[in-house]
Amino acid sequence: MRIVAEHLTHIYNAKTPFAAKALDDVSLTIGEGEFFGIIGQTGSGKSTFVQHLNGLIRVPASLRRKKKKDDPTVLRAGEFDLTSKKTDFRALRRQVGMVFQYPENQLFAETVFEDVAFGYKNFAEGKPSPEETERAVREAIEAVGLPYGEIKDVSPFDLSGGQKRRVAIAGVIVTKPETLVLDEPAAGLDPIGKREVMELLHRLHESWCKTVVIVSHDMDEIAENCTRVAVFHEGKVKYVLPPRELFRRTEELLELGLDVPLTAKLCLALGRRGIDIDCDFTTEDFLRKVLARKKGGAC
Amino acid sequence: MLKDVSFGQYYPVSSFVHRLDPRFKIVFLIAFIVAIFLAKEFLALGIAAALLLLAILFARIPAGKVLRSVRGVLFLVLFTAAINIFFHGGETVYWSYGILQVTKEGILFSAFLVIRLFLLVVCSSLLTYTTTPVSLTDGIESLLTPLKWVHFPVHELALIMSIALRFIPILMDETDRIIGAQKARGANLDSGSPAKRIRAIVPVLIPLLLSAFRRADELGDAMDARCYSGGKKRTKYKKLRFTWRDLIAFLLIAGLVAGIVVLRYFPVFPV
Repeated sequence: MRIVAEHLTHIYNAKTPFAAKALDDVSLTIGEGEFFGIIGQTGSGKSTFVQHLNGLIRVPASLRRKKKKDDPTVLRAGEFDLTSKKTDFRALRRQVGMVFQYPENQLFAETVFEDVAFGYKNFAEGKPSPEETERAVREAIEAVGLPYGEIKDVSPFDLSGGQKRRVAIAGVIVTKPETLVLDEPAAGLDPIGKREVMELLHRLHESWCKTVVIVSHDMDEIAENCTRVAVFHEGKVKYVLPPRELFRRTEELLELGLDVPLTAKLCLALGRRGIDIDCDFTTEDFLRKVLARKKGGAC
Repeated sequence: MLKDVSFGQYYPVSSFVHRLDPRFKIVFLIAFIVAIFLAKEFLALGIAAALLLLAILFARIPAGKVLRSVRGVLFLVLFTAAINIFFHGGETVYWSYGILQVTKEGILFSAFLVIRLFLLVVCSSLLTYTTTPVSLTDGIESLLTPLKWVHFPVHELALIMSIALRFIPILMDETDRIIGAQKARGANLDSGSPAKRIRAIVPVLIPLLLSAFRRADELGDAMDARCYSGGKKRTKYKKLRFTWRDLIAFLLIAGLVAGIVVLRYFPVFPV
């Protein structure tokens, strides 16, 4: 689904001494079918933004109560208007799956099966039959690359960190959401676990959820995977660009206190020696271009 | 959500009252409570209320905040007042039905009780509004020091208190996050029968308990790693000091207590 936000502002603890502006006039459109990345420092508002997408954080009540004509705030996810008073949040949350940071912390059930089935049963119309539930849970667990038969009766707390995270993701995608939002999906995993999670997200993007939005600190992850990237800085959106164009602005990003992919740093260093590499900042493309230059005898 | 809970929370401004020594603030609070329980007549309560109002003004706490602290006990206060109006008895009877009797004395007495309870709640929340949890525990630890003579673990108690207080906001945040995660999975926490709601809490409670235990473990390890070994020979980062502010506050409170004691034995308008 297409996600549109215009002039979105959010203040935590408004009208108290603890007031903190988390989003400041954010306008952003995420197209259907994108693999969209959101980057920014801690406290830049990216988590606040994504929590708006399935209504966990809502636009201020004053705005919902009487839709003022002059208020420019727009927040839409597909056919859902989130600035309206009558948003059907159940339907919305079924369509927009949300995976929080360290999602393994949400596991609670006695078995993996029960935990994954939790979301399915909650969103089902009426009471789903055991066969339906089992099929949905099996599909979700297999979709995240875990062996259903071996794992379904195990306690989720006995699994390894990477497995727990997969189970938690399965617990969200079990309702086949159209859009999947993930906050730091690979945080705290070892490099292999990280790669596996990103590969998993690509598989899901191809076959399971049309649109994927990820929030990340890891620029390499963003460069390798995303179609477009939004850069948040102090509650505002600084850039929305494909990684290929974004990471050409290496110096500007470093100035914002953000990192850039290793490939971008190498391109910058090579550029300073007069060797311009025009790549899309994935490791593969970078290597190919560098090797091509070498064969061409330019350096 | 939970972040909006404000009862008894520290209100961060800088003021005369905020900068009082926490030890004395606790002593003043106790003195104030004793004084309003010694009070026998409206004039005495009036003086106490005036002093409290002065303290609130000097603490720069908005009136709304103060009123909100009262809201929590409003039901209790009204209930007490109602019971007393009907059952107190007295000479001048306005209305009666069976054992229920509304009398002039009853009305006056319950008005007296209501004022006393309000003063009690407001002055206690003034302490928590103007004192950070950390300095509050510092103050309590310092006040309890004499108990060390009888081998009471004062330092450990203070440590437990400050850790508990420190963890309240962390666990609230955590609860918020877990509630969010379960809501995103379609958990329905706000409606349904009481039995359903209790069952709906399980997916929040279990992750919360697990995270509390994990944090406790981590904190224990971190303290071990820094060779923490209890109270002996530890110095304070913030030394508590008696200043001119405390002297002024002391004189005011002492004046109040003395005044109320005098009024108790030489009443002007007895109830």
